[in-house]
Amino acid sequence: MAWLLLLAPLTSAFLVWVALRPYPRLSQAVSIAASGLAFLTALGIALGKVGAPAALSWVDLPGLRIEIGMTLDSLARLMLLMVTGVAFLIHVYSLGYMAEDPGRARFFGELSLFLASMIGIIVSTNFVMMYIFWELVGVSSYLLIGFWFEKNSAADAARKAFLANRVGDFGFLLGILTFWATCGTVAFDPGAARGLAGNWLAPVAALLLFCGCVGKSAQIPLHVWLPDAMEGPTPVSALIHAATMVAAGVYMLCRIFFVLELSPEALSVIAWTGGITALVAALIATQQNDIKRVLAYSTMSQLGYMVLAVGCASTTAAMFHLTTHGFFKALLFMGAGSVLHALHHEQDIWRMGGVGRKMPLTFVTFGIGAAALAGIPGLSGFFSKEEILQAAARNEPVLFWMAAFTAALTAFYMTRITLVAFLGKPRTKAAEHAKESPFVMGFPLIVLSVLAVIAGYSFFGIEHLLGGHEAEGKNPLVPMASLTAVLLGLTAGAITYGRANQERIAIPLFERKFYFDEIYDWTVLKLQEESARLLAWADQWIVGFVLVRGGAFVVSLGGEMLRLLQAGNLREYAFLFALGAGGILLLLFGR
Amino acid sequence: MGTPTLGHYLVLSGLLFAIGLAGVIVRRDLLIMYMCLEIMLNAANLSLVAFSRFSHQVRGQVLVFFVITVAAVEVAVGLALLVSLYRMKRTTKAEEITALKF
Repeated sequence: MAWLLLLAPLTSAFLVWVALRPYPRLSQAVSIAASGLAFLTALGIALGKVGAPAALSWVDLPGLRIEIGMTLDSLARLMLLMVTGVAFLIHVYSLGYMAEDPGRARFFGELSLFLASMIGIIVSTNFVMMYIFWELVGVSSYLLIGFWFEKNSAADAARKAFLANRVGDFGFLLGILTFWATCGTVAFDPGAARGLAGNWLAPVAALLLFCGCVGKSAQIPLHVWLPDAMEGPTPVSALIHAATMVAAGVYMLCRIFFVLELSPEALSVIAWTGGITALVAALIATQQNDIKRVLAYSTMSQLGYMVLAVGCASTTAAMFHLTTHGFFKALLFMGAGSVLHALHHEQDIWRMGGVGRKMPLTFVTFGIGAAALAGIPGLSGFFSKEEILQAAARNEPVLFWMAAFTAALTAFYMTRITLVAFLGKPRTKAAEHAKESPFVMGFPLIVLSVLAVIAGYSFFGIEHLLGGHEAEGKNPLVPMASLTAVLLGLTAGAITYGRANQERIAIPLFERKFYFDEIYDWTVLKLQEESARLLAWADQWIVGFVLVRGGAFVVSLGGEMLRLLQAGNLREYAFLFALGAGGILLLLFGR
Repeated sequence: MGTPTLGHYLVLSGLLFAIGLAGVIVRRDLLIMYMCLEIMLNAANLSLVAFSRFSHQVRGQVLVFFVITVAAVEVAVGLALLVSLYRMKRTTKAEEITALKF
């Protein structure tokens, strides 16, 4: 039964790709049915009605045993519910959003493939299985980002995402190999990992595995692909780049926490990476004008929070935030998508304005999502962020203050885009004539906004699923600090952008995204071009001239010299032959 | 003078072989070189027969019959080649047959 989770979307992807592409309606139906089936199965698993199937042995060699199985512990169950639930809603939403796209059959096939690989990551029982699905997620995200491949920017963004992920995945693969070499197994087995304890390889393995997360979850320095990935259709941004795929990195960290916890050094590197990513991304988000880019950077910032929580040894907090973030960020993206849909794909918030009155449902749900993200008390984001701040405060005060400042920034930029895009006067014709989106797009927004409100409360049971929250070490200062931060951010945002019709602050450093793209461009140009030139020289002169032509020259010279011996004189040959035969006889019988 | 020993035969055979070899090396005419080759072949035959006779075994002599037969065949082919070569080139001098030389 539990195999349905994987098989339903896989079959759907296969069917759509092989047979159903000319029939968009049928493809949509199959794909949505598959995601619904996956969600029902996940629900059955969470309620304990469906158990884990026996693992199939795939590779069984001495020293290497790879199974295709299913882990369905509390971590996986929570993640499965979140992923399949959000994915189902996004499938439904895409019905409306992609209604006029000629390639929508292909789109739904790719969504199914993505869902299958994402579920594969969640349920995998060992590193190799996880790696396979990990790469599949990379491929399907490449396909989805580049869905509008006739646009150059989309094709470039897809390639960039794929390459940045490859860099991280290479580290991940090395980490898996290191783990296998030292522990002798690829299974997620905390017992086997004890072989690593105290070994100098423990931090190496942990950090290499972390590389995978840096790529997938868009942590600095491999974050550059995430904002560009917004070139994909908005449902994709909601599904992949908000709720599920980028969360896979954090989920992976929680899954392999038994390796990470062996090395305090690695944990502190992870915590700092997360903290810095959270802060930098929030700073950049304050100065972006593209509504999807703001959301992308806020995603990156929230992922930074989660990684920070893992680094502070609080996987519960990380998973809690991951889940609530999945809900409200998917909600925000779909709300933004709804606006874009109404405004004919106008993404600049300064060319919107006043949309709130035309699209009340979108406005209210987006507002709830923004409030949840900003961490306004009473909504889910507040509770989960609270947990992370507590974890940070227990471990490293500096990181705590960074995180608190990030919370203020989050409130600030969410206020900014909400005010600028939805309130005030319409600044363009398109914004004046905006109409509310169809109900297939509104329905997921309503469901998700309900979830975004209630997911944080204990009756919703996320913490219960994760096995109770950590009661010890609650710092009373933390809620006060985070409340103050949120209030500060809100007020600052409201004052600055309350009636603004144009940008009031200009900080080029943030607007240009800390020049990461420029730095990478420059490095690639300089380093790669120079090394390429060096190698080209070596190829031309050392390999081409000395080795290849030199070798040919020596051989032909030898041939020319030997040819002199072969003058064609028959009698000379006979003489030499006799001489040789005599010599051999002398050698053999001479003594 | 007693009866000839194995040594006598071998020396004779060696001399014949050397004469043949010298002929192949020194002479220019293909026909003569051919005859010298035959001398060398027969020198080998002689030593085979001598060994066979003195070790009271027939195997050597049987081998010699084979050699003679094969040599006859070979001579037939070789002489035919020589005749047709002469018809084409009007010469049997080794130095002057250079069609295949580079």
